[in-house]
Amino acid sequence: MTDVTGTDAVGEPEDAAVVVADAAPDPHALDERHGALLARFEDELGAAVLDTGSAFGMPVLRVQRTAWRQAAEIARHTLACDYLSFVAGVDWMPAPKEGGAEAGGDTSSPAQPSETTYGVAGSDGRFQVFAHVQSTTRRCGITLKVDVDEDALLVQSWVPVYPGADWHERETWEMYGFVFEGHPALRHLYLPSGFEGHPLRKDFPLLSRVVKPWPGLVDVEGMPGDAESVISAESAEESS
Amino acid sequence: MSTTNPPLPEFDVDPRAFRTLADSQLGVELDTGDMILNLGPQHPATHGTLRLVVRLDGERVVAADPVIGYMHRGYEKLTEFRTYPQITTLINRIDWLSSFANEVPFVDAAEQLMGIEAPPRAQYIRTILTELSRVATFVLFLGEMGLQVGAITPAFYGFRDREHVLNLIEGATGGRFHPNFNRIGGLKDDLPWGWVNETRTVMKKMLDACDTFEDLVAGNEIFEARTRSVGIIPPEVGAAYGVSGSNLRASGVDWDLRRDGKPYLVYPELDFKVWTHPDGDSFARYWVRLQETRESCRMVLQMLDALPSGPVMAKVPRIIKVPEGEVWAETENPLGQMGYYVFSKGATGPFRVKIRSASFSNVSILPWLLRGMFVPDVVTILASLYFILGDIDR
Repeated sequence: MTDVTGTDAVGEPEDAAVVVADAAPDPHALDERHGALLARFEDELGAAVLDTGSAFGMPVLRVQRTAWRQAAEIARHTLACDYLSFVAGVDWMPAPKEGGAEAGGDTSSPAQPSETTYGVAGSDGRFQVFAHVQSTTRRCGITLKVDVDEDALLVQSWVPVYPGADWHERETWEMYGFVFEGHPALRHLYLPSGFEGHPLRKDFPLLSRVVKPWPGLVDVEGMPGDAESVISAESAEESS
Repeated sequence: MSTTNPPLPEFDVDPRAFRTLADSQLGVELDTGDMILNLGPQHPATHGTLRLVVRLDGERVVAADPVIGYMHRGYEKLTEFRTYPQITTLINRIDWLSSFANEVPFVDAAEQLMGIEAPPRAQYIRTILTELSRVATFVLFLGEMGLQVGAITPAFYGFRDREHVLNLIEGATGGRFHPNFNRIGGLKDDLPWGWVNETRTVMKKMLDACDTFEDLVAGNEIFEARTRSVGIIPPEVGAAYGVSGSNLRASGVDWDLRRDGKPYLVYPELDFKVWTHPDGDSFARYWVRLQETRESCRMVLQMLDALPSGPVMAKVPRIIKVPEGEVWAETENPLGQMGYYVFSKGATGPFRVKIRSASFSNVSILPWLLRGMFVPDVVTILASLYFILGDIDR
């Protein structure tokens, strides 16, 4: 594990607390270039902007479903964001209760909160598509998000604007089941062509844990000095 | 490549004289049917299990369709079942030639979310090891590129010289390929005794090795003939496909995240040049990587002189819980832009991690790039794009 120098208590490290007390710099503050880029986006898109935010200096913009393609066109042709970094999806539903049958009997994975919360710039439902574009000339970037209707699962495709979106959208399609309107051929990319289900959805169990529980559950070694580790050492002596 | 043949020439002879097909087609371009050729999944030119289905008209590629996923390990799903310290083990295996560089953006993301910063010495050592991974990756490329176009000798030089750098990485981290040396808040250990001097020696050796490669490969007439104006990527097409790193800089795009991205590690303090080449062909990609190898060696030497003392680990709670939030952390890896978009919900593991790997986008341009190429050039282009299968399939 880590080179332990802190205390056992879980909390904010002391250094960070000192920094906050001294200058209180906002980690989310946008620098000049990114602030200007976000402002230009809001001007160009107008009412199609649902919400904006910042994630550690990176602007985040959520647009309406009908303006997703338009956002890409503005990014590439008007605002010189010529570089497509990625297109991906996210499922905001909390995974079904841990340790239950739905989760495949897995209790080893980190417990996530059971209530649904959304990221920066919010969401109006379970599914979202987000993409990151950058400008190689102006040296700034922006993350764009769009909500996906849970019943229709339709998203406008970016392939006509950024040809590189092809593979990213094929991946998102097979992993989440979102249908990209205007994509030339939504074929499987990573998975075999007959694969059923959408693996990155939260209700899709990690199949390897269904077949065999996490071995870490069985042979847990306690930290030195822990009461549990003493017990396990004693029990080991007894058994030997 | 016309599909209809021009009308047969009219001869003033008895038509029964045309007995054979060859006679009847005299002076007319033969219409060859398209042929489907499978390159891979186990083809030496693909460095792993990339399958390339190409439709050929004679020697020319009409269409190419890369088939990937033979090595898909589902890391994005697996990250949701691991704690943050466990995930660095996984992401070591994405781009296995420069594993250390893979760890950096992820650890950076977790540190940003937690609001902690690694001590200066740890930052320096991280940067040194990142640049060493770059040298190791590129030196192998410099040799192997020769092999792909038919020169065996440089490959031996490449493997030999890379070994010196891997020895250094092993000396510091304990692992040749999968160091797993980063910890959230710093590094596992300090550098061993004598490592700094040893690194200085090896870096000078590497600079000499670059001269050798320049003489042996880049200056070779046949190599130039095989690579010049083969596989030209125009800058705007490359960027729209998400091609990054040396591949994009070889198309004349002056963009390097070490200099132009959000400041990370100690790159803002370093003095280095970003190399570009205007041509965008296979030769340009080789040339840019050659210069970048030299630049990395110089950067390592610079950092060894400025290496500060102090601890290599910040104060971090024993159980790492990352506060709620999301962050995009990107770095300039040897193969291009590597990034992690991490969504955290305040637990010991991430809620969702989007892994943006360089080779995935670099290879996605192949259908566009290979159209109209000759078959031997396909191998040159694959080699010059320089991808790692683990980085495509994740």
